[in-house]
Amino acid sequence: MSDKQNNPIAFVADGVIPESPPPARDTGAYKWVRENLFSSVPNSILTLFALALLYSLLSNTVPWMWNGIWTTSSLAECREILQGKSGACFSVLSERWNQLLYGFKYPGDQYWRPNLALVLLLVALAPVLFFDLPRKLLAFTVVYPFLAFWLIWGGTIMVPIVALVGFAVAAVVFQKLGKGSFAAGFFGAIVAALVIWKVGGMLIPEGASESAMLSPVPSRDLGGFMLNMMLGVTCVSLSVPLGIALALGRQSSMPLIKWICVVFIEFVRGVPLITLLFVASVMLSYFFPPDATVDLFLRVVIMITLFSAAYIAEVIRGGLAALPKGQYEAADSLGLDYPQAMRLIILPQALKISIPGIVNVAVGLFKDTTLVSVISMFDMVGMIRGPILASTEWNGVYWELLGFAAALFFVVCYGISQYSQWLERRLATGHR
Amino acid sequence: MSTLTDPPQEQFRLSMLVNDTRYRSLTFQAIAALVLALAIWYLGNNLIQNLRAAGLNISYNFLGDRSGYDIAQRLVEYDSQSSHARAAVVGILNTLLVAFLACITATIFGVIAGVLRLSNNWLVSKLMAVYVEIFRNIPVLIWIIIIFTIMTAVMPGPREFRGADPSASMVFDLFAFTNRGVYTPMPLFANGLFASAALNWLLVLAVLVGSFFVMRKVNANATQKQEETGIRPNTLYIGLAVWIIPVVVLMLIMGLTWEVPELKGFNFKGGIKIGGPLIALWFALSIYTGAFIAENVRAGIQAISKGQTEAAAALGMRPGRIMNLVVLPQALRVIIPPLISNFLNITKNSSLAIAVGYADITATLGGVTLNQTGRAIECVLLLMLFYLTASLLISMVMNVYNSSVKLKER
Repeated sequence: MSDKQNNPIAFVADGVIPESPPPARDTGAYKWVRENLFSSVPNSILTLFALALLYSLLSNTVPWMWNGIWTTSSLAECREILQGKSGACFSVLSERWNQLLYGFKYPGDQYWRPNLALVLLLVALAPVLFFDLPRKLLAFTVVYPFLAFWLIWGGTIMVPIVALVGFAVAAVVFQKLGKGSFAAGFFGAIVAALVIWKVGGMLIPEGASESAMLSPVPSRDLGGFMLNMMLGVTCVSLSVPLGIALALGRQSSMPLIKWICVVFIEFVRGVPLITLLFVASVMLSYFFPPDATVDLFLRVVIMITLFSAAYIAEVIRGGLAALPKGQYEAADSLGLDYPQAMRLIILPQALKISIPGIVNVAVGLFKDTTLVSVISMFDMVGMIRGPILASTEWNGVYWELLGFAAALFFVVCYGISQYSQWLERRLATGHR
Repeated sequence: MSTLTDPPQEQFRLSMLVNDTRYRSLTFQAIAALVLALAIWYLGNNLIQNLRAAGLNISYNFLGDRSGYDIAQRLVEYDSQSSHARAAVVGILNTLLVAFLACITATIFGVIAGVLRLSNNWLVSKLMAVYVEIFRNIPVLIWIIIIFTIMTAVMPGPREFRGADPSASMVFDLFAFTNRGVYTPMPLFANGLFASAALNWLLVLAVLVGSFFVMRKVNANATQKQEETGIRPNTLYIGLAVWIIPVVVLMLIMGLTWEVPELKGFNFKGGIKIGGPLIALWFALSIYTGAFIAENVRAGIQAISKGQTEAAAALGMRPGRIMNLVVLPQALRVIIPPLISNFLNITKNSSLAIAVGYADITATLGGVTLNQTGRAIECVLLLMLFYLTASLLISMVMNVYNSSVKLKER
């Protein structure tokens, strides 16, 4: 101690040493590469392997796409121009564009109708998907199904109008009667709608379709990606309400209703969609009245809707089970009856929890609409495997066509799943 | 003096069926039963009328009739003289075969991709993310068709293996990848103990099962010794001997030889032929479902809190043992339930075989048999019955396994 006091300290820093830059190997790209790609020997091997894989993929596909030809009218011409070079024959896409999107029978001068229906679909979906938009836009969403039906199938506008009026009257009746008793409102609404449809059906004159503003298009003329979109959108929107009903039924305390729902859900989930499509194509017509002709599109919509409703029911059941029991008890203690409790307390919360699951089912369902090609409907895959690859001009153009179909499905499905993730973050108000 | 009286006995009135919640559920169920009965009666009535109009009936006698079509890929004896029931059995076995193979490979792909996606190698984890997103978002039917196209349009024909300077050659002189399928060497027993090959293979299987039980005994002894002395004896060499020696000896006794496929005439002869449709279906289902399994595996590993890994590291465990003893047993509980539903999806998606002409149950019973006999209702019902049974059995077996790895709460 004393030594130190006697000897003056040899060196005292009288200022801050200026910062020196970090060593070169610890900065910038070099550091990033070293840490993320070559941190250890196995990691380096993995990186090199991945790079080799990437190179072999890109070195094959990039020149192939770069040399792609867009303007010939057959594969033979493509081969002539390429002269043995690797190159894609994208002309099949430009030449068969309409067939890929609309099928080969939809009248060519009417393509604006499905196009308009698609644009309006986006408008109608916007208020459902994005909650910030004004709620008044939902009015258009309600009208849209009828409008789209009229645009795509054409015929007299009276049919969708009568259908819409039927639903509107049913809604009004439900509002009036439903205040007293849910059951009275529910059954009253069904009866009112049936009466309107019966009367309206008699009002539509015979042969109104032929002289209509939009020429009628039969269901069997629909095809291409349009058919996939139509099946996907229709079946998802129909199966959500059905799925909710099934999920509530499965939770019900009434044994009979519960068992009907359980058997239905487990049966549908146990069989592949293809067998249900077989039912639609070969078996369902036996169960309709002998003089009724229900077209294949409608039969397929019925079966796919039942199929996805079972899956959606399971998703919603998960949402219902995830709600704390206190929510049910709170609703009971407020004196709400079952429909009120469900509508005001339980379902809004349960549906919020199940949205990601429902979107997953929707994506799966949209991908599964390609299966209709197996029962000889000409959706996108059906068009590619049937009329296009079988034609003499394009026999052998596999990768361009399949790649295009894959890309189209990827864009739509990836978009939906990204939306779902955004929604999940957005709705995460949380039970903190 | 007041006397206690019972509350007045409530009389049951008819209006209580609507207004009293205790009885209202009975009303609703009665209505539901009525609607259900009416619907069944209506549909059944329509069915009977339609069948009568078409001159048909419901009968399963067609199953005994001669089928009259051939099946290329089959596990049991079958020819066009066999019955429709036999064709259905061939189809069932083919469905089970492709589902079994695809479940195994999909799990392998999924686990590798899921673990690599968590790798700290930026390039590899991004590549795996791309794999998962691409395969999850494109319909499996398109993948099946793409791989089938590779099998039929890109692979060389047997013709190209011919000549002094062939444009295609066999891999290691053992495997031939052709547009008619993949040919691999087939193990054969020159002097088997039984006449039939299947019995010989059963014998091999029995020996392996025996080795398994001996190995369990060896491990139990080692554990006991570890508990007594604290030192675990090295069982590696004993284990290798128990597994390998009996099988090798048996194979030598029975004279194992390999029949290598050879180009004879216009096609390869000998060896095992795996048809293009089977490979397309198998591989497509594997990579498609593998992408889903990868996501489950990733979620399962991420669900284990970092504290577990850190605690194990603080105890001085090496990274490999941390993974094996701490993280994976816990992650398995999260991974297995979605894995079960992925296996079910594979089984159900294998019905897409009909798109590439693989003779599974959907293609035989629901395809050719249905079209030949016109027995739509019977065929579709049998088809659904099969898938329903298969789904229930798979989920039952997997649930047993699930409950064995579940957290035991005491």
